[in-house]
Amino acid sequence: MTDPKAALGAPLARLEGRDKVTGRARYANDHTPPGSVFAWPVPATVARGEITAIDDRQALAHPAVLAVLTHLNAPPLAEAEDPTLALLQSPQVAYRGQYVALVVAETLEAARTAAAELRISYRSERHDVVLTDDHPGIYAPELANAGYPADRERGDFDTAFESAEVRTDAVYRIGPLHNHPMEPHAATAVWDGDRLTVYDSCQGGNSVQQTLATLFALPHSQILVISEHVGGGFGSKGTARPQAVLAAMAARTVRRPVKLALPRAQLCAVVGHRAPTVQRVRLAARSDGRLHGVAHEVLTRSSTLSEFVEQAAVPARVMYASPHSRTTHRVVRQDVPAPSWMRAPGECPGMFALESAMDELAQACGLDPIELRLRNEPELEPDSGRPFSSRHLTDCLREGARRFGWYPRDPEPRRRSRGRLLIGSGVAASTYPVYVAPSSAEVRAEADGSFTVLINATDIGTGARTVLAQIAAHVLGVATDRVGVEIGRSDLPPASLAGGSSGTASWGWPVHRAATALREDLARHGEVPAGGLAARAATGAEDLAASRSFARHAFGAQFAEVQVDMDTGETRVRRLLGVFAAGRILNPRTARAQLLGGMIMGQSMALSEHSTLDPEFGDHAERDLASYQVAVHADVTDVQAYWIEEEDPHLNPMGSKGIGELGIVGTAAAITNAVHHATGIRVRDLPATPDVLLGR
Amino acid sequence: MEYTFSTEVALRVNGEDHALLLDNRSTLLDVLRERLGLTGAKKGCDHGQCGACTVLVDGRRMNSCLLLAVAQHGRSVTTVEGLAEGDTLHPVQQAFLDHDAYQCGFCTPGQICSAVGALAEARAGRPSAVTDPAEDPPVPLDGPEIRERMSGNLCRCGAYPGIVRAVMEAAS
Amino acid sequence: MKEFAYHRPTDAASAVALLAQSPGARYLAGGTNLVDLMKLGVETPDLLVDLGALPFTTVEPLTDGGLCIGAGVRNSDLAAHPYVRAHHPVLSQALLSGASGQLRNAATVGGNLLQRTRCLYFQDVTKPCNKRLPGTGCPARTGVHRDLAVLGASGHCVATHPSDLAVALAALDATVDTLSATGPRTLSINRLHRLPGNHPDHEHRLLPGELILSVGLPAPAPDTRSGYRKVRDRASFAFALASAAAVLAVEDGRVTHVALALGALAAKPWRATTAEQALLGGPATEAAFGRALDLELTAAEPLPGNGFKVPLARNLATRLLTDLATGEQAPRRETR
Ligand SMILES: Cc1cc2nc3c(=O)[nH]c(=O)nc-3n(C[C@H](O)[C@H](O)[C@H](O)COP(=O)(O)OP(=O)(O)OC[C@H]3O[C@@H](n4cnc5c(N)ncnc54)[C@H](O)[C@@H]3O)c2cc1C
Ligand code: SF4
Ligand code: FES
Ligand code: FES
Repeated sequence: MTDPKAALGAPLARLEGRDKVTGRARYANDHTPPGSVFAWPVPATVARGEITAIDDRQALAHPAVLAVLTHLNAPPLAEAEDPTLALLQSPQVAYRGQYVALVVAETLEAARTAAAELRISYRSERHDVVLTDDHPGIYAPELANAGYPADRERGDFDTAFESAEVRTDAVYRIGPLHNHPMEPHAATAVWDGDRLTVYDSCQGGNSVQQTLATLFALPHSQILVISEHVGGGFGSKGTARPQAVLAAMAARTVRRPVKLALPRAQLCAVVGHRAPTVQRVRLAARSDGRLHGVAHEVLTRSSTLSEFVEQAAVPARVMYASPHSRTTHRVVRQDVPAPSWMRAPGECPGMFALESAMDELAQACGLDPIELRLRNEPELEPDSGRPFSSRHLTDCLREGARRFGWYPRDPEPRRRSRGRLLIGSGVAASTYPVYVAPSSAEVRAEADGSFTVLINATDIGTGARTVLAQIAAHVLGVATDRVGVEIGRSDLPPASLAGGSSGTASWGWPVHRAATALREDLARHGEVPAGGLAARAATGAEDLAASRSFARHAFGAQFAEVQVDMDTGETRVRRLLGVFAAGRILNPRTARAQLLGGMIMGQSMALSEHSTLDPEFGDHAERDLASYQVAVHADVTDVQAYWIEEEDPHLNPMGSKGIGELGIVGTAAAITNAVHHATGIRVRDLPATPDVLLGR
Repeated sequence: MEYTFSTEVALRVNGEDHALLLDNRSTLLDVLRERLGLTGAKKGCDHGQCGACTVLVDGRRMNSCLLLAVAQHGRSVTTVEGLAEGDTLHPVQQAFLDHDAYQCGFCTPGQICSAVGALAEARAGRPSAVTDPAEDPPVPLDGPEIRERMSGNLCRCGAYPGIVRAVMEAAS
Repeated sequence: MKEFAYHRPTDAASAVALLAQSPGARYLAGGTNLVDLMKLGVETPDLLVDLGALPFTTVEPLTDGGLCIGAGVRNSDLAAHPYVRAHHPVLSQALLSGASGQLRNAATVGGNLLQRTRCLYFQDVTKPCNKRLPGTGCPARTGVHRDLAVLGASGHCVATHPSDLAVALAALDATVDTLSATGPRTLSINRLHRLPGNHPDHEHRLLPGELILSVGLPAPAPDTRSGYRKVRDRASFAFALASAAAVLAVEDGRVTHVALALGALAAKPWRATTAEQALLGGPATEAAFGRALDLELTAAEPLPGNGFKVPLARNLATRLLTDLATGEQAPRRETR
């Protein structure tokens, strides 16, 4: 009865594909409940200060304008965990771009016009927005993001460094980076008495439901969050964001459904971003390349409202064997927009620095960079001493070298050219931890022979629907076309958010468990009763704790070939190839898409994404998609992703690791390492734009 | 002369005629989405910078977010909803399915409309920045051609490789 | 976006008359810049006069070998025009290097020439800017100016003109035919845009309400080659960091005709007359081209954050001229 197509590991096409290519797939703002009106948010125009007066007469004079919400009249909100959600609750301004008003009108046009006509006066204070290495406000936080201890020391790094045969010591800088999912954060909110429905563009409906319940002091059961289709998030939709809260506030005020899409150029200030990092990496090695000490010291910044510490030094605790190590995080709180999660927080910027440093060390030791990494492969996780549940970095490096055609390679920079173009190749490793969170699911059998998976998972483009159908079909031993999936509603069995590459593991586990229970029920019943049969299951802390004795991470190796035009400084990636080890690949079609997408975002970060925190005004200067340049079609020529078979019994019933973030980790270093091979120029500050390569 | 802020506009959308009294400020994108309920075209940036709002106006691809609806009076507009013939997908739509040319799907309607427009442009022998000047029409659509011609459509998910394969297949 | 009235006249004289009556009016062509700026609040017209029904959408070769290009011709149509491709590759290439396929289908010749700067402060009405609000100051000088001018700027403004088309037209010695309340006239493209001086808000020499009817190109000089090169951060769909348009004729190794314009370096297409003079009659070698550009660029006054534009423009233009001289096809295929 098992259809081979049902087996996990089949390249099943996305279940919602037809809806997506016909325009039928509906995203948050594609819903227009009868009577809908429109909201337009107004950002603060000072970086620090206080609102002293609001003149909304001109705005309200438009007949189509229904309300202007400000801290003076907005519905009060209870305190939430995230201080950036205390929207319109006080006259204080903590950063430029913070929302200070919301205009609601019958039409989008009127709302936008009125928003421009609001006159808001401020008493502004001097702002502090320039990140310097010696800022007096720098302090040592207790924890970095995701709960890692900020500082770890092992052995005696200083002595190790002093006495090393070979040393590298360099500082790597990455400016702010912006998630910019193609769907801007949007919500459509409808109140029915004391019941609130929000179509929200988010990565996890239950967390939004929870936050809204807190803010509006309502029981969960009165809040329904729907996120059937979500146009990407990359971390910026992992928590409730202003659009859901503001839309709900406005809808309550005007007693009409409210549609709100945050304007693209406002996103940088209000939905988080990757914080800038200044990373000093020191490597101490023997002349044969064996590491003796590793120090990775990170300086980053957060807003005055909240502490968010980009955990960039954390991968150095995982990657390479060395008896002495120091990994630290320092942070300074400034009058800037609050940073937050962006695809592979920590690993992505951290591995740019570490893997660049490894390339520098390879050069210093006269070693092939792959060989250097092979020589430093640890037995146990260096920082914790725990065994790896599985680790196949060396296989990825070897397999990647073979597929890429790495060897033979003349390590000498600036030796290869084609016309005026210098050509070079580079490699870097990638890693990402295994996260998993408690979730619950229901699987139903209907009398007509069909099955339904019910779980409040969110498909932000990962293919969640599809893989959950596969998991259920696999367990039930039926063809996948008999399995329907309902996700993206908070009245479904609650589930964790689509973040930390944890979705498939977190959701698949209870689906697996529920399907298993259902299969057993079915076996007992023989036949599905007329009313159908359902089984529900959840995972809890005890499931997740079972494997804590292992260090669990996915690994990969990224290879890049670049060309640099020395007349113009233009770098183009000719080839990008990654080989990954991420447990069992449940759907090669959607998995490849995730890995390629990550690599492409990594390329974009390496070469063109450039954001400046404007010292005078305190906002990000490049806020739109013309000035903040993400990779376009023409940038992406030949990108390939492969994986090696990895069996790991310490993960989850499917044997999978997360893949959504792994692909972006290491890409930038592979590219700038290739730029060095091509030109002899070491790019330590991203992005590697023409000005960077031309001036040197 | 009489000055009013709204105008009677005749639009043909996906083969259907509409007579609408429109606020002069309305963009074609907002009219499609909020007045006609055609939410296929997406608003990714509202400033011509992402391509998510791409539709075909008299057969030519354009960013509907920068077109004032009032200025499209008498024109014929095709959105992603108007490409399929009943249950039969347009070849570009089918190719997107076959090549997994999307992830979140938000850029997809714009990519598809843009591809339909780009294929017609190439068939008509219109050059791109990478077209060999010596090339006689129609321009063969290889990888570099497709990538250059599709560069007005951003995809933050990075579905580019699949999109290019899909367009290549639809071109052949 | 402020409410506005809308008219679509069918002849140029009516369009001009409409603008003459209302100082707050603007012409609407493709709208790809104007509507963008209206959404940003930078432009606040109370009347839009849509040029979409004017009969100036044709490209007509003239008997003397020249070309008359209607101001309403779409950028993509002009780039694809067989005569343009055959005789003025620089023009076709410049247009195709700009914006995206969709935008080029909407954008017109007239609109492209009069598009406004992409300076980020100019586009943000919550900040000062001398060009947008004279007398408020120029934060770009000490702020974010990587993309801005190294030539011809003033203490009041360091904006660049973003058009690629205009750079090609400058190298082609184009003329602009206009109609205003005072009648028709023709002015050289090189006089159309102005450097900022004390009045960065005066961007061009058109009178209020003056309508561009067409752009004229003289017959191509005999035995010339022409080309356009543009450098940007990503491989496509981005404004130039620097660009160059050149028309060159070489006989027996000597330069017999040269017209060179540099883009994204100033508030107007920068016609490199100093370099041209240095080159004319001299050897058509890479070294000579490089020296001529060095001479031209001695006028550069870069800011702390855009000094790279000087060597960039030099290298780029030298490369373009050298390739034109040797008959090298620019390696335009793939990832350039
Ligand atoms: C994301 C993006 C990227 C872009 N990239 C590039 C690029 O790389 N290179 C480049 O060159 N351009 C680029 N552009 C700019 C684009 O080319 C211009 O917006 C376009 O050419 C303007 O033409 P339009 O017909 O749409 O003008 P409109 O927006 O209609 O008008 C622009 C201005 O010109 C005036 N005007 C128009 N026609 C006439 C006329 N006949 N007589 C008098 N005044 C007139 C209008 O009143 C208005 O002030 C880009 C634009 C965007 C949005
Ligand atoms: S450079 Fe010109 S346009 Fe930019 S801020 Fe200064 S005055 Fe304004
Ligand atoms: S929404 Fe129109 S181009 Fe982005
Ligand atoms: S598929 Fe998500 S942006 Fe393209």
